[in-house]
Amino acid sequence: MSRAYTEDHEWIDVAGSIATVGITDHAQAALGDLVFVDLPKLGSPLKKGDAAAVVESVKAASDVYSPLSGEVVEVNPAVADEPGLINQDPGGAGWIFKLKISDTGELAGLLDEAAYSALIA
Amino acid sequence: MTTDAASPLQQTPLHAWHIAHGARMVPFAVYDMPVQYTPGVLKEHLHTRAGAGLFDVSHMGQARLIAADGRHETVAAALEALIPTDVANLAPGRQRYSQFLDATGGILDDLMVSRAPGEAETGTLRLVVNAACKAADYAHIAAHLPAGVRLEIDADLALVAIQGPAAERIVARLMPEAAAMGFMATAFGTIAGLPVYLSRSGYTGEDGYEISVNASQAVALWEALAADSAAQAIGLGARDSLRLEAGLCLYGNDIDTTTSPVEAGLTWSIPKRRREAGGFPGFERLSREWREGPSRFRVGLKPEGRAPIRAGVVLYANETDPEPIGRVTSGGFGPSVNGPVAMGYVGRALATTGTRLFAELRGSRVAIDVVDLPFLPNRFKR
Repeated sequence: MSRAYTEDHEWIDVAGSIATVGITDHAQAALGDLVFVDLPKLGSPLKKGDAAAVVESVKAASDVYSPLSGEVVEVNPAVADEPGLINQDPGGAGWIFKLKISDTGELAGLLDEAAYSALIA
Repeated sequence: MTTDAASPLQQTPLHAWHIAHGARMVPFAVYDMPVQYTPGVLKEHLHTRAGAGLFDVSHMGQARLIAADGRHETVAAALEALIPTDVANLAPGRQRYSQFLDATGGILDDLMVSRAPGEAETGTLRLVVNAACKAADYAHIAAHLPAGVRLEIDADLALVAIQGPAAERIVARLMPEAAAMGFMATAFGTIAGLPVYLSRSGYTGEDGYEISVNASQAVALWEALAADSAAQAIGLGARDSLRLEAGLCLYGNDIDTTTSPVEAGLTWSIPKRRREAGGFPGFERLSREWREGPSRFRVGLKPEGRAPIRAGVVLYANETDPEPIGRVTSGGFGPSVNGPVAMGYVGRALATTGTRLFAELRGSRVAIDVVDLPFLPNRFKR
């Protein structure tokens, strides 16, 4: 399925039962240069809407919400080492964590590219 | 102070310039101010320490106290009744840092007080106060002034700061005599044909100047400074991270009516004569704190690891004790330190450099060490 989005400016790529999550280019631009990323713990169970990670700029800390319910199966150590990777490539190398989806029914609640573009327009 | 959400924000004379140059504007103390420009807080901060940053600080309050008899002694005595600093011995062409205190020794605001050089303004003191406090400050001053001293609010003045290692070269190219000014010296001058009053001071830990100019000439002054390729406009975001690394207090965060200058580590701004003789509001509390030691001190705090520890975070003596021993009042990421930096208040017994404390962050306790301020050696002109 093609990339999905949330109203909280996360993006989600789904491959089988695994969802990869990051923040959108719009979000990274609004936050500015990131200086710290707090990743979720591997194996932690998340409900849709839970604060899963924290991204911090010089000025402020912002939560990254889990777009779906599931279990954290992988985190991206590269963004913890180099938070600026999220600014440079938010939709690619700057991914933040992967979830094993527990309720595929929640996928229907995500935004598609057109709906997200309209939201930030 | 609070503001009516319905009332429109005020603008500085540089407002349109900021918007035309990519600033992201935010409400700050009833003004619509640039928090950052296109490069962003991180790059703006680093640029100020490498070249020169230009700051619009026109939202700050500028005012004069004027003695009707034209004597410095008269106006100095009037101001000394409100602040603990030595004004009587303030020489022409010099500026000092001080605090307005309330009757209990709490800080109502911090300020710069200066005396113009030469004889032109004898009997006048120039004040620069915080934007958020200026209305209250002016009311406080007006309510306490003796007959024969009046307050003149200079709402028609703008204030531009230029800070960083290139500041002297940039200003001196336009006003050669500015190069010889020492730290906290003040002078009248002409920059690009514009009459200015400037001080060699700032709020970044860098060398630099704060330049007062008629509001109608603020854009012309700004553009004359910005014409240098080493100068870059800097927003309030980087101004905050710069002053935090420099260990400087932000009124409303690190100092307020609950904190005394002794607790805040500002005793250096209070000379021996005033520590002994008093004659300012709150002398009783300050005197007791000098005698017995205050119950808490403002300290520098260096978190372990990379996570910023921000204002409001509670501090503990160890990893398990439920009783807080202090609180962070300013904290974030220091771009030049390349790591998290903070300051806050801790109980006197724990306020010693090297003491390890713990900060409660997202449900766990993170080690944070008491360190000396500033985080970087300041580079004021000596």
